[in-house]
Amino acid sequence: MYKSIIINGLWTNNSSFVQLLGLCPLLAVSNTVVNGVGLGIATILVLIITNTLISALRNYIPHEIRLPIFVLLIACSVSAVEFFIKAYYYDLYMVLGIFIPLIVTNCFVIGRAEAFAIKNTVGHSIVDAISIGIGFTIAIALLAGVREIIGQGTLFANADIMFGESAKFLTITVFENYRGFLLAILPPGAFLVLGLLIAGKNWLESRAKKSIKIIPIKLVENTL
Amino acid sequence: MSTESLKQIVSKMAVILFLFTAIGTAIVSLSYDLTKNLITDNQKQTLLKQLNSLISTDLYDNDLLNDKIEIIDKENLGTTMPVSFYRARKQNQPQAIIFMPVAPDGYGGSIQLLVGITIEGTLLGVRVVSHQETPGLGDLIEEKRSKWIYSFNGFSLEYPPLEKWNVKKDGGIFDQFTGATITPRSIVKAVKKSLIFFQNKKEQLFQ
Repeated sequence: MYKSIIINGLWTNNSSFVQLLGLCPLLAVSNTVVNGVGLGIATILVLIITNTLISALRNYIPHEIRLPIFVLLIACSVSAVEFFIKAYYYDLYMVLGIFIPLIVTNCFVIGRAEAFAIKNTVGHSIVDAISIGIGFTIAIALLAGVREIIGQGTLFANADIMFGESAKFLTITVFENYRGFLLAILPPGAFLVLGLLIAGKNWLESRAKKSIKIIPIKLVENTL
Repeated sequence: MSTESLKQIVSKMAVILFLFTAIGTAIVSLSYDLTKNLITDNQKQTLLKQLNSLISTDLYDNDLLNDKIEIIDKENLGTTMPVSFYRARKQNQPQAIIFMPVAPDGYGGSIQLLVGITIEGTLLGVRVVSHQETPGLGDLIEEKRSKWIYSFNGFSLEYPPLEKWNVKKDGGIFDQFTGATITPRSIVKAVKKSLIFFQNKKEQLFQ
C-alpha cells in the first residue's frame, strides 16, 4: 500500500506532469531552483498538515459540507505555515512573498483532501502528502533547473537564502559571463520547458510500456 | 436520518461547521502568537539592514528605526500611501534622512525606492526595494545586477545642474539601458523630485 502511494505521488499521478494541477505556482516560481524548492517545501508542509487534519477528522466531516471544511482547514494551515516561514526563514519569505498565501489556491491540496485523505487512515494520508509534495518539488526543481541554466547561466543561485551562509558553495556558475536568455526566465519559457518535460516523461513511459508488451506476447507463444 | 427534519439536519451541519471554524481559528491564532515577536524582529532587522546600506553607523547615534515620521504627498512622493522618513541624528544634530518614495511610472508599474539624503542635500545613495521591471532589461536597477544605482551617490541639486537630471537620451547625464529607457528615466525623475521635496521641507522634516 505505502509503496503504491509513493509511486503514485512521485510518478504515475505526479500532480504537475500528469494531473497538471497547481500550474500557477509551478510556472511562476520556477525561475530559480532555490525559489522552486522553497515553495516546494512550503507546499509539502501544508499538504502534510491538511492531509493529517482531514484524515484524522474524517469520521466527523459530513459528506454534504466537506468542501467548505476542506477550504477552511487548508486556508488556516497555509496561514500558519506562512507565519512560521516569516518567523524562521524571513529571507525566503521575501523571495516567495505572495506565493505562500497562494498555496491556498493550489488545487492539488484540496484535490488530495477529496481524493485521498477523506477516505484513508492518517498514516496513509501522511505518506500520500509527502509523496505528492515531493513529486511537486521534484517537478518544480527540474523545471527551475532548466530555466535557471538557460536563463541566467547558473544553478542553485542564492542557495544561502534558504540554507544559510554555509550553503553558498552550492551555487554553480554554469556559463561564465553569460548574458542570459530572457525567454527562459519569462513566463512563456516556463510553458515551453514544462511542455518539453511532460513530453520527456511520456516518452519514457511509452518506451517502458513497449518493453513490457513484448513479454505477454512471448508468454502466449510459449503456451501455444 | 429519515426521522430528522430538514431543520434538524441544517442546524446539525451548522454546528459542525462552527466547530471546524473554531479548530481553524485556534490553529491560526496559536501560530500567530508563537511567531509574532520573531516576525517583528525580522522586519526590523531587514529594515535596519537596508537603512544601514545607505548610512554608515558612525554618522548617527539615535534610534533610527523609531525616529520616524510619515508623510502623504502623492505629487512629490509618488504614492497615496504614507511614506516613512527615518531621521538620523548625532548628538541631537540632524545628519541625514532616509525615506521610501515611489517612482510611479516604471515600465512594469511602481518602483519602490529607498533614498538617503544628508542634511546638506547630498545623496547618500539610492536603492531599489521592489519593482516589476522586465528581467534582464529593466532589472539592471537592482544593486546585485549592475552598478547603475550607485551613479546617484554624492549627487545633489547643484551637481549635476537641474536640467541635467535626466537620462542621456533626454539630454541628461544618467545612463539608460539598452532596450530599457523608461525604467531609469522614471527613477531619475523620482530621485530628483525627492531632492526637491527635501530641500523645500527640510525644516519640517527634522522637527
